[in-house]
Amino acid sequence: MKGKFSFGVLMLLSVLLFLSGRVNITSAVEGDDSKKSDKKVITACDGETKLVLNDVKSNEVMTREKAQEVASMLLATYQQQKKYQATKFTRRDSLIWERELKAMIEEGYKWFHDPSLGTNGISCDMCHPDAADTHPETYPKFQVQLKKIALLRDMINWCIENPMEGKPLDESDPRLKAMEAYIIWARANQDVRPHAKILNPGKR
Amino acid sequence: MPKMPSERKEEQYLKEREKFFEMLPKLNRRQFLKVAMASAAVALAKNQFPPHSFQLVEAVEAKQGKTEVKFRFAYISDTHLYERKLNERFVRAALKAVQDVNALDPQPDFVLFGGDLAQLGQPEELKLGKEILSELKAKVYMMVGEHDWYLDLGEKWMELFGQPWYSFDHKGVHFIVLNSVLVDDYWTETKMTPMERMKFMAQLDNPKGKPFTVGRGYGDVGKRQFEWLKQDLAKISKDTPIVVFSHSPLYKYYKPWNFWTDDAEEVQALLRPFKNVTVIHGHTHQPVFNKIGNINFYGMLSTAWPWPYAPTGLPKLTIKMNRADPFDQFDGCGDGTVEVLTNGKADKIYNLWSREPMKVSARYLESGGKEDVPPLPLDPSF
Repeated sequence: MKGKFSFGVLMLLSVLLFLSGRVNITSAVEGDDSKKSDKKVITACDGETKLVLNDVKSNEVMTREKAQEVASMLLATYQQQKKYQATKFTRRDSLIWERELKAMIEEGYKWFHDPSLGTNGISCDMCHPDAADTHPETYPKFQVQLKKIALLRDMINWCIENPMEGKPLDESDPRLKAMEAYIIWARANQDVRPHAKILNPGKR
Repeated sequence: MPKMPSERKEEQYLKEREKFFEMLPKLNRRQFLKVAMASAAVALAKNQFPPHSFQLVEAVEAKQGKTEVKFRFAYISDTHLYERKLNERFVRAALKAVQDVNALDPQPDFVLFGGDLAQLGQPEELKLGKEILSELKAKVYMMVGEHDWYLDLGEKWMELFGQPWYSFDHKGVHFIVLNSVLVDDYWTETKMTPMERMKFMAQLDNPKGKPFTVGRGYGDVGKRQFEWLKQDLAKISKDTPIVVFSHSPLYKYYKPWNFWTDDAEEVQALLRPFKNVTVIHGHTHQPVFNKIGNINFYGMLSTAWPWPYAPTGLPKLTIKMNRADPFDQFDGCGDGTVEVLTNGKADKIYNLWSREPMKVSARYLESGGKEDVPPLPLDPSF
């Protein structure tokens, strides 16, 4: 089986790295913390798998080669521990995820139809009913009129500022994310017109 | 048993000959002289005109200009005004349209306002609209849209502008103005406030929205209008050209956005016996045109903003304008004129701001899109 093979390779790799002494780790066990020993601790994206590096100080910037070795070791460790743990989720989990997604999209729908984002009574749905003609799938693209590359959120903010004469939203504003979510969801699986596949900068 | 080519030719000859003799007495003196001269020319030219052809009369008729313009009227539609202190942009656009119409030389016979004067039906908005339109030099005929009506079910509108449905005659053409945005009652049971009722109606993509009708809807307004329409049509001859003004298209284009009239077939049936019927409608904020049976449909532009074309249901004859530039407030918007021809048909000119004007003729619609085709836009519409 392919899975078993690559696992074996990774195991071999991690053992070799360890033995070669180039990556000197104290522990790779869940729940371990660095205490006050001033050793660099690298945590994987699961928030649990950690490597404590004995030969690297916590504020040290590693060389590229060193950093690559540490990263490979971390990944190998993660896979070694998690490999046979299939991502277990229950029906309740998936219901929660769906509910959260629905809430976000509905929040976006609400702001999309709300003229209070601007100051002149115009709301997004006036030019874009059902998020028509928003084309989220064409971003990023060179927006000719802005004279730079734009993401969907840049255009959302541009619309709020210009036709709606409002104040653009901050990048971290949850309303901006919610509207993006609604627009992307509304336009997903729609008939993608052929020209959208050619990167058409937003020219007339 | 299919006919032999010679049999068909003979049939054709006999048909044309019959038609020629039918037409002859209908010619006036000038036309008759022209035909006489043409046949003399045929004799002289020897086979320049096939000798068995009787198509001379049609040729003369066409030259005579049956498709000449009898008169013109202008339109302004869908201004969606807010109070000036809230939104200047829509006011500026409405004033621009008034300027356009006032600058026409010669002046149109009258101006039609296509509905949705106000955005949320408020008295200040309607009054502002009336003020702006009062600057027009020509006579104005008003039509109601859903944004004007549903705050107070037309109370203020009727106070300012009179009856929402009526008819008038002009230079031999019968004009009918309808209130085609009547819907079933959605506010009583849910105990909506007037503003809630208005906002429910104002949202184009409202998934709970009710479809427009001419003859149905809340109370008996629709029934009364439909009865009135039947009686009004009964008074005119089948040859009289008719132009109907309605806010929603009197056909079924796209239901989710209420580009739709639910009893369209019934209204079309009332209009079927008539030879020349043109419907001019608003609500769609885009160049859209169609032909169903004997009726030619033309949609008007908005001054405030353009709607995108609907994903399905677009009439085959419509040539879409390419995508409006969001950086230009006036792009995709405008006003226009309608030319009523001597043969009772009507051509439409879309005066698109920021673009070349587009003319859509009755000939284009009636030839199934083959003749007199308006120029196609260079860029795609999406």
